[in-house]
Amino acid sequence: MADTATEEPDAPPPSDDLREALLADFVGHLGDGIADSHLKPGDDLWIRVNPDAWGAAAETLRHKMGCQFFDFVSAIDWMPSPYGREMDAEVDTILAAANVEVEAAEAAPIVQGYAGGETRFQVFGRAINVVDKWGITIKADVPEDTLSVPTWINTYPGAAWHEREVHEMFGVSFDGNVDMRKLYLPTDFEGYPMRKDFPLLARRVKPWPGIVDVEGMPGDDDEEEAAESATEGASE
Amino acid sequence: MSLTSNTGEREQLAYIAAKAADSRVNVEIETEGMTLNIGPQHPATHGTLRIIAKLDGEQVISADPVMGYMHRGYEKLTEVRTYPQVTTLVNRIDWLGSFANEVPFILAAEKLMEVEAPPRAKWIRTILFEMSRISNNLLGLGDMAAQLGAVTPVFYAFRDREYVLNQVEAVTGGRFHPNFDRIGGLKDDLPAGWIESSKDAMVKMAAACDELETLVMGNEIFMARTRGIGIIPAEVGLEYGLSGANIRASGVDWDLRRDAPDGMAYDEVDWKVWTHPDGDSFARFWVRLQEMREGVKIVNQLLDSIPSGPVMAKVPRIIKVPEGEAYVETENPLGVMGYYVVSQGDLVPFRVKIRSASFNNVAVVPWVLKGVYVPDIISILASLYFILGDIDR
Amino acid sequence: MSTSLLAVELAYWSETTLRVIGGLVAILLPAGGLVYVYLFKMMSFMQSRLGPMEAGPYGSMQLLAEVGKWLQKEDIVPAKADRQVFMLAPFVVLISTFLLILVLPFGPDAWFVDLDTGIYFAMAVSSVSVIGILMAGWGSSSKYSLLGGIRAAGQLIAYELPMVLAVLGVVIQAGTLNMNEIVFAQANGEIFGIDLIGNPYILTQFVGFALFMVAIQAELTQPPFDMPVAESELVAGYLTEYSGLRFLLFFIGEFATAGVFSGIAAVLFLGGWYVPGLAPEHDLYNVLGPLVLMGKIFLISGLIFWFRFTYPRFREDQLQRLAWKYLIPIALLNIVATGVLKVVF
Repeated sequence: MADTATEEPDAPPPSDDLREALLADFVGHLGDGIADSHLKPGDDLWIRVNPDAWGAAAETLRHKMGCQFFDFVSAIDWMPSPYGREMDAEVDTILAAANVEVEAAEAAPIVQGYAGGETRFQVFGRAINVVDKWGITIKADVPEDTLSVPTWINTYPGAAWHEREVHEMFGVSFDGNVDMRKLYLPTDFEGYPMRKDFPLLARRVKPWPGIVDVEGMPGDDDEEEAAESATEGASE
Repeated sequence: MSLTSNTGEREQLAYIAAKAADSRVNVEIETEGMTLNIGPQHPATHGTLRIIAKLDGEQVISADPVMGYMHRGYEKLTEVRTYPQVTTLVNRIDWLGSFANEVPFILAAEKLMEVEAPPRAKWIRTILFEMSRISNNLLGLGDMAAQLGAVTPVFYAFRDREYVLNQVEAVTGGRFHPNFDRIGGLKDDLPAGWIESSKDAMVKMAAACDELETLVMGNEIFMARTRGIGIIPAEVGLEYGLSGANIRASGVDWDLRRDAPDGMAYDEVDWKVWTHPDGDSFARFWVRLQEMREGVKIVNQLLDSIPSGPVMAKVPRIIKVPEGEAYVETENPLGVMGYYVVSQGDLVPFRVKIRSASFNNVAVVPWVLKGVYVPDIISILASLYFILGDIDR
Repeated sequence: MSTSLLAVELAYWSETTLRVIGGLVAILLPAGGLVYVYLFKMMSFMQSRLGPMEAGPYGSMQLLAEVGKWLQKEDIVPAKADRQVFMLAPFVVLISTFLLILVLPFGPDAWFVDLDTGIYFAMAVSSVSVIGILMAGWGSSSKYSLLGGIRAAGQLIAYELPMVLAVLGVVIQAGTLNMNEIVFAQANGEIFGIDLIGNPYILTQFVGFALFMVAIQAELTQPPFDMPVAESELVAGYLTEYSGLRFLLFFIGEFATAGVFSGIAAVLFLGGWYVPGLAPEHDLYNVLGPLVLMGKIFLISGLIFWFRFTYPRFREDQLQRLAWKYLIPIALLNIVATGVLKVVF
């Protein structure tokens, strides 16, 4: 029975010391496998490992750092959408660029998020230490040529379905996970829907009115301010 | 089976062997297994989950869940919606705990924008969050009894749930899809007289807990059907990502409401995290019932101590979220739900990974169903308590 | 109902016609009453709802509406089903019910057949329904039906035994297998020399009564023993593929059998058509008896359905364990005790 009760005094933000120690610990265990890391004080820790070390990273988390709880595995496609950032402009960009094919994408640079990266696809996963109540997000680049990284299922069996989902949504495969049937999509579905160059057909057919829709609320006296901030935002 | 884990497999084999020893008499006769399709249309899966079960007699050799019949592609859809519009989508994920779906996303966006909701908003958020939990758990408890063949308790659950849903509706205007949470606070303040009527509803909820306890939990047959059935050891559960009441029923003392209460008002009230050492179907039912009780306690305390003030922080009218990544997870009624939000400084999220509770909770099903009998499939599924929208997203 | 009641000699054909009509009434009236009173109304009130309210005053005509609905529905036979077996199964189940009612006495002279081995006959023909259920399960060529049929067979066979053994105690005490004589034995009996209410065997055979009630609950596949039709596991078990008239027949069979078994329980343990205060030989019983029996049937069915709406269901193996490990030994002990006491007193 849990008798730990509750009433913690105004939870102080978890100190950076904790996460710095975690990072040092992780580096100590994995050594060369680590490519980069990002630490946001009081929030979270991102560690990017080399693709080959992706599986070893999970083992390190599970067996050496006590992260028993498997949270998730997913992937991200860093390529900016070739169809434009549709909500970004007052007129849906697709209306203007209806006939422009994917080459529009070449212009926009790929910008990776925390902990950097070199490739278009990245996988990221997370595990949590439920005893000490912290979690680490692990990232890895997915090599462009093979589009595959080692699997996590030998460490976290719960990763199996997540990897199947990533496979069908992004086309990233996982070495060692043989069961790569489609999880959500119909068996004969073609393409990888979560990739940025996979068009969302409903949106292609009927552009979203998007930002044009935003109206001032009745009784709202801050409209000028709102408009100001909007223009600020647009100019940024 | 595809799910091969070195530790899990070993324990499972030992488990099957032990089961077989005392239950299977025709172990030397090699018979061909029968494949039974449970679902997608089946009374027990409350939704469209399909389980392909290979049976030897009534014993399950392997069970393989098939999902996706309700996949709506929310992760893709969020990429073409502004941040405030996303909440409309995501409260359809776990439709019984709808408000609770919005909270982690909003918290993630708030973290990226570095705004904080005013105290009153936090209080109301927490109250509505717990009300989602109460209504969700209530239905789960009643439903479990129904799956075990007791038809009556589920009607009581449906009846009592209305009291909570009426309160949610009075604030948000929606029983199931409130779409009430906003970045920086809430859409509106509470209506007049709501605190009193909520207290009345909470009295009824406390009574509903007692009623369910006497009606269902003390029943000998219920005990016989749930005790020692579907045992999930803590280690296995954690490796499969089992969370919420399900993992607390395996004795893991981990509750994000207590351990990561940022943005909520849980650390302002006196409550307790319940765990159960057994890890069987009964334990999951028990923990869920206790959590409903705690929920009533939390709501009552919050209603007493609700601070005055605005419910909305100053945020720009058009919300642009600065570049960055944030992952926020909360203890939703079904378990840990998290949103990994990647922003590139646009009006729309660049990528949203939705970590839903039921998806991981059901991932353990192939492991736990091996070697059980057909009737136990139903009781185990009911005790894991999943919502199809939460699996398929 | 019977020839002796009318005190006139009838031709064989008219006697047969009368008996068929009487049999139908004796089957359908309790069945309909049970459905309305318990399934429609009591269950609804227990579940904080009203139940059918539209058809007729207080929904009393709902039953006719339901029957009309089922009759209109298409009678679907699955493409791969074993056609003859599938179509015959509901009739086999129903025949068992009709055979059961044959030996049930409604009054000192009101019965269909007065068999000297009445209760023995009843126990025997009650097993016929197993064949019908197995036919339904097998003939549907559906996995759910098959599982349901096999579960039903296992269950019904397992619970025949405690039922028969529970009845044996009554038979030993009454000293006869004839059901009408059992009623007379109870009516004319006395408790330690006081014969105010006769000697309903529920007082001396309470163990047997409890066993019998559990056993018929299982025989009727009512919760907590409803695994053959467990709706949350097997959809509807052996009924899964049935529709229209054939489903209706199964449905009638279920409730009619509940009525008949309650009748047998009433005869064995509650004194059948006898009410204290009126000598059992009185001719008035030929009219009053059926009403009294009906009241007792509803009393016992009330228990059956009360359990049905309250309890969750067992698992198949737990059910077998209950029958073989508990009910049968207890029944055997009961028989021994009854025999010893019979000799002693």
